[in-house]
Amino acid sequence: MGVFATSATARRRHRTQKLAFVVLLGVTVLLILPVLAILGMLVYRGAPALSLEFLFSEPVRGMTAGGIWPAIVGTMWLVGVSLAISAPIGVLAAVYLNEYAGDTWYTRVIHLAIVNLAGVPSIVHALFGVGAFVLFFEFGTSILSASLTLAIMTLPVIIASTKESLSAVPMSFREACWNVGATRWQTIRHVVLPNSIAGILTGVILQVSRAAGETAPIIFTGAAVFVPFLPSSVNDQTMALSMHLFTLSTQVQNVPQEITYGTALVLVGLVVLINGVSIVIRSRIRRRRKW
Amino acid sequence: MVVQHPKIAFRDLKVRYGEKTALEGINLEVAKNEILGIIGPAGSGKTSLLRVLNRTLQNTPGAKVTGDVRIDGEDIHRMRDVSGLRRRIGMVAPLPVGLPMSVYDNVAFAPRMAGVTDKKVLDGVVERCLRQAALWEEVEKRLGDLGTKLSGGQQQRLTIARALSHSPEILCLDEFSIAIDPVTTMRIEEVLKELRKHMTIFLVTNLVQQARRLADRTAFLLLGELVEVGPTEEVFGRNPRDRRTFDYVHGIFG
Ligand SMILES: Nc1ncnc2c1ncn2[C@@H]1O[C@H](COP(=O)(O)OP(=O)(O)O)[C@@H](O)[C@H]1O
Ligand SMILES: [Mg+2]
Repeated sequence: MGVFATSATARRRHRTQKLAFVVLLGVTVLLILPVLAILGMLVYRGAPALSLEFLFSEPVRGMTAGGIWPAIVGTMWLVGVSLAISAPIGVLAAVYLNEYAGDTWYTRVIHLAIVNLAGVPSIVHALFGVGAFVLFFEFGTSILSASLTLAIMTLPVIIASTKESLSAVPMSFREACWNVGATRWQTIRHVVLPNSIAGILTGVILQVSRAAGETAPIIFTGAAVFVPFLPSSVNDQTMALSMHLFTLSTQVQNVPQEITYGTALVLVGLVVLINGVSIVIRSRIRRRRKW
Repeated sequence: MVVQHPKIAFRDLKVRYGEKTALEGINLEVAKNEILGIIGPAGSGKTSLLRVLNRTLQNTPGAKVTGDVRIDGEDIHRMRDVSGLRRRIGMVAPLPVGLPMSVYDNVAFAPRMAGVTDKKVLDGVVERCLRQAALWEEVEKRLGDLGTKLSGGQQQRLTIARALSHSPEILCLDEFSIAIDPVTTMRIEEVLKELRKHMTIFLVTNLVQQARRLADRTAFLLLGELVEVGPTEEVFGRNPRDRRTFDYVHGIFG
């Protein structure tokens, strides 16, 4: 009887396992399907609009024709300037918090603030940006204000992801360095950073793509519906892809559908490209991993 | 027993981690070029004692050290240059730590951090230390390989080579044979007999017989208390000063 009982349980267990596998696979497919559907639709409807002229010319006739070049350039400005602010500050803050600061009440408060800020909706950052940068500091609606707002939005996530990459470096490496008389900074510079830089970059790049896609933080702080020239300094207003897409799809009538979809395709393409770069970086360090 | 002109002296040393006391009332003097064996069950505070000496304990959040620790009569807690202090001490941790860099760079790390850039000097240091750690023959042809790719026993000898790379006056070995085979252990023990001519050695060991073989004097730590310290023959003999020492070294421990 023992034999029968065991084989019955074994078979049941096997069946449960198979079922679990199918369910998991199903869920995965369910997750991927919408993404594929969206991409497919974007390519199907937007691809006909894509051409060198579309990419590199200005919109004309009330944005119902022409291209999106000013928006592409504007997005690059916004992303570039915000990155130049948030990446160094974020990485340095994370290095300080992870490598120097002890576990005291105020570092705990800082940590709590970071976690909470990371979860604040972007529209709230937008309102803060208007109040702080546009009005209080009198930067006006400009690339500077918009980029600062984007930087404020991405900063907490960059700090959190950088901290995570730093703490993934085993403590024993640091101790080994201290034991031979290396200073804290030498240890960070020669062992901790080289072994976490890829993870840090991945986190930063993911925030770049997030900054490129957001509309709310820039809409009242520096992005404009239409600007008849390319920005020449951070004091100018600018167009941006995400903002342009919002305008095309809600504010202007009689826009040929392919222009709207083409714009969306370029924006998504840009984000996918950036994420692709971060995936490549990550897989390269996995291969180079030294411990 | 009072040591004349001790190389290292601990007086009224106390170590706490938060509320927990790890070492208390430690008075210990170590003579120059002596091998001091330190034995005691896990959690006795052996590692903490060594980490007091090179002041890495101060990097552990919550750790508090009180009391007086002197090297050559100088209070280590008053030394401004902590890196300088640590370069006088070689530290080998229980588990081997190959830094994520080549075998060569592992050993050249300390001299480089101290400002040595001359390739010839570095080459010399690397070869000398790897020979002293009985590892040279095995890695001579693969100095460029990652330190982390060596076997456990090789990494432990690499750790020893690194601990010697800044020519320390004091060498602390913390249960160094935990991760290596008996043959390698014997080879390193031979090395220690050679090194003692130039260094003062702390030999923390979980193998009481290792202390018996190598140590001039042996200290027995138990739950943060220095139960006794004396000539090794005495500690391992029939009549150590404390009954608990006898029980521990003869394996009668409940
Ligand atoms: N980083 C730490 N934080 C808290 N307690 C610690 C820490 N390191 C050691 N201890 C405690 O201090 C006591 C002594 O530890 P340790 O010096 O590692 O002993 P040993 O090396 O003899 O095993 C133990 O009770 C241990 O739990
Ligand atoms: Mg220990």
